[in-house]
Amino acid sequence: MALCKRKPRGALKHIVSQFELLKQNRSTLPSLISAPKPTAAASSSSSSSSWLSKLICDPRANWVSRTPLSSPRRFESTVAEKLPRFANGVPDSLTLDFPGGKVAFTPKMSFISESPKERAHCYRVLDEDGQPLARSSFIQVSEQVAVRIYNEMVTLQTMDNIFYEAQRQGRISFYVTSMGEEAINIASAAALTFDDLVFPQYREPGVLLWRGFTLQEFANQCFGNKADYGKGRQMPVHYGSSKLNYFTVSSTIATQIPHAVGAAYSLKMDKKDACVITYFGDGGSSEGDFHAAINFAAVREAPVIFICRNNGWAISTPTSDQFRSDGIVVKGPAYGVRSIRVDGNDALAMYSSVRAAREMAIGEQRPILIEALTYRAGHHSTSDDSTKYRPANEIEWWRTARDPVSRLRKWIVSNGWWSEEAESELRSNVRKQLLHAIQVAERVEKPPISDLFTDVYDVPPLNLREQEMSLRETIKRYPQDYPEDIPA
Amino acid sequence: MATTSTQRFGRRLASSVSRRRLSSSAGEIAVQRSQNPSLNLCSAINQALHIALDTDPRSYVFGEDVSFGGVFRCTVGLADRFGKSRVFNTPLCEQGIVGFGIGLAAMGNRAIAEIQFADYIYPAFDQIVNEAAKFRYRSGNQFNCGGLTIRAPYGAVGHGGHYHSQSPEAFFCHVPGIKVVIPRSPSQAKGLLISCIRDPNPIVFFEPKWLYRLAVEEVPEHDYMLPLSEAEVIREGTDITLVGWGAQLSIMEEACLDAENDGISCELIDLKTLIPWDKETVEASVRKTGRLLISHEAPVTGGFGAEISASIVERCFLRLEAPVARICGLDTPFPLVFEPFYLPTKNKILDAIKSTVNY
Repeated sequence: MALCKRKPRGALKHIVSQFELLKQNRSTLPSLISAPKPTAAASSSSSSSSWLSKLICDPRANWVSRTPLSSPRRFESTVAEKLPRFANGVPDSLTLDFPGGKVAFTPKMSFISESPKERAHCYRVLDEDGQPLARSSFIQVSEQVAVRIYNEMVTLQTMDNIFYEAQRQGRISFYVTSMGEEAINIASAAALTFDDLVFPQYREPGVLLWRGFTLQEFANQCFGNKADYGKGRQMPVHYGSSKLNYFTVSSTIATQIPHAVGAAYSLKMDKKDACVITYFGDGGSSEGDFHAAINFAAVREAPVIFICRNNGWAISTPTSDQFRSDGIVVKGPAYGVRSIRVDGNDALAMYSSVRAAREMAIGEQRPILIEALTYRAGHHSTSDDSTKYRPANEIEWWRTARDPVSRLRKWIVSNGWWSEEAESELRSNVRKQLLHAIQVAERVEKPPISDLFTDVYDVPPLNLREQEMSLRETIKRYPQDYPEDIPA
Repeated sequence: MATTSTQRFGRRLASSVSRRRLSSSAGEIAVQRSQNPSLNLCSAINQALHIALDTDPRSYVFGEDVSFGGVFRCTVGLADRFGKSRVFNTPLCEQGIVGFGIGLAAMGNRAIAEIQFADYIYPAFDQIVNEAAKFRYRSGNQFNCGGLTIRAPYGAVGHGGHYHSQSPEAFFCHVPGIKVVIPRSPSQAKGLLISCIRDPNPIVFFEPKWLYRLAVEEVPEHDYMLPLSEAEVIREGTDITLVGWGAQLSIMEEACLDAENDGISCELIDLKTLIPWDKETVEASVRKTGRLLISHEAPVTGGFGAEISASIVERCFLRLEAPVARICGLDTPFPLVFEPFYLPTKNKILDAIKSTVNY
């Protein structure tokens, strides 16, 4: 594995060692009870800092006691009981010892309700005006880091606009924007180190941006030119960078999630001070690979952070057609995985939660699930027109009133860290760089024909060598059948 | 080089379907025995796994029930010797097993995944085809999962029915980016499996479960590798070429022995690696004999025999004296009580040898 050799910039290095809570008072979070240690095999390392252990609460604190309408009268109560998680302290005469551990029994029949009394709370730090909420707890972010996070969010937003237009102009074949999800992208990346491995879906180019992938490198991949690290083999936005520990995007949904767990197990076995982060959407959480992976991660105690970007839409499918649970966060405890729901449009909340998750994942060698609530402000891709299935004014509202970029800007402006001049200078610079990158990428020649045949295996086998020879002869005979810009 | 039948396939003990004829001399066997211990197929595979884990500290064996030794005992002793962090049970989830294995392999580890029966490999098909096979290519060689080897028992076992007897190799032979390897005997299995584990490409390794206990032969104790994508002529002949793999080869060899009594000289080739397959060896043999017969347990339609037939006809059309024959399983799900009727038996093969030669 290629460990990234880039040193974080000076400010970041400072941040990586910094680790303070801003506010000390109890927050609006649910009552914080330390979860008792399971009687089953405990995780190897358990010394999480005490401030982290205060962030963990009982998984069923909010579970409902709802009486179903059809309850037979002869039962005293069909109220869902809050059973102790593991029967510690219950006399043996009241427990059963089936495989899987002791469990207290009860003569009262009661079903655990299908839905909680209230939905899992969502962690947020800044309000819509970019002001910290009263009693919010978050990890302090310095001016340098905050401004950098903001800069990269603007860059991502601008890149998305310009590449989207380039596709509309026919200059690239396809594009996928991350509009509305800039905070998830950049703030989560900022909370990691470059040694942490990234297994993306396809709406997380901001993580690459944060790590230093240049605008030119993005453009090269979208144009599939000779400088594309992927050698022109995949559609645009299928980025990958071994030097930045960002595994190549594939269009298939959720397939990366089990890979992330295997890679995390490797880090665990090699005793690396690093974790894995993997991203997927609300739609991806329905795929079997998600369930397979999170279950494996729990059993193998793998240091992996699962980030679900619940943006409300899987192409045209709203979450009401996707699942009946309270989103994705409740699925974590079902697999024995510690989870949190976060306002995905709040850069500071994203940053803090990923920092905490990282420390837990590595320090306790366990998986963590983060559900980042957000809204897909753009279309699914350039092949989609989302006004066909959702109101245009809804899209517009999220794009403006709930824009994560503006929200962070308000905070850094209110701190005196940003100005209108800086804003317009940033946007015009980024725009210039992007246009330039596109022009350059468009002119770079395409990869050679030999790249069609290499890397299928480590060494091309005989059948491929034969096919290449045969194809070359065909190209010579019928050059008109083939694009001119692909050199032989 | 005159290898004995024993050396080619191991000594098959009595089975309800057929008896093998041993064509070796007792003296030769005695000499062999004192040199190398006799092992059955699952012990040979067990040895290969021990060697693989011993020689690379970043190698892992995982799958359902592998910790206690595996349902076929192929992983016996591994967890005790190498620890439960390197040899472990996974949850019951093939897509998870392979997906997890890809991630492990992507980090440069040797990930040796077991699928309990080839019949259950399909949930992992997406991970194998869309992910493992394309991992290197789609990344422009920035990443690869070459350290992944997926082992699965395959093939008829006498009483397996639909879901303990399948030969799914053809599905995987259609996937550029992976290799498919099938051993015919204990000594072959050990050397081929070690090669697969060390090969820098993801590989599916099908083990003929029929032979796990039935095939016994001397297996060298040391660490050795057999080459991939090299077919082996295991019996020389001049009248017809037969191509097969795995357990079917011993059936084919019996047909060859019977054919010899009728004056037909058969050349028998073990393909070993199905993709990328060794066309040159098969072509050279067909150029010599002018006739080809392929046999496999998997259903005939769309089976891998079709690929071999089409390729050889392309290359050797004018040399061929007769159409290429395929003696394979029927186009049905693998039946239970009808298994003896479904399978490509020695006599079906013998009939085809004769009709091909007399075409």
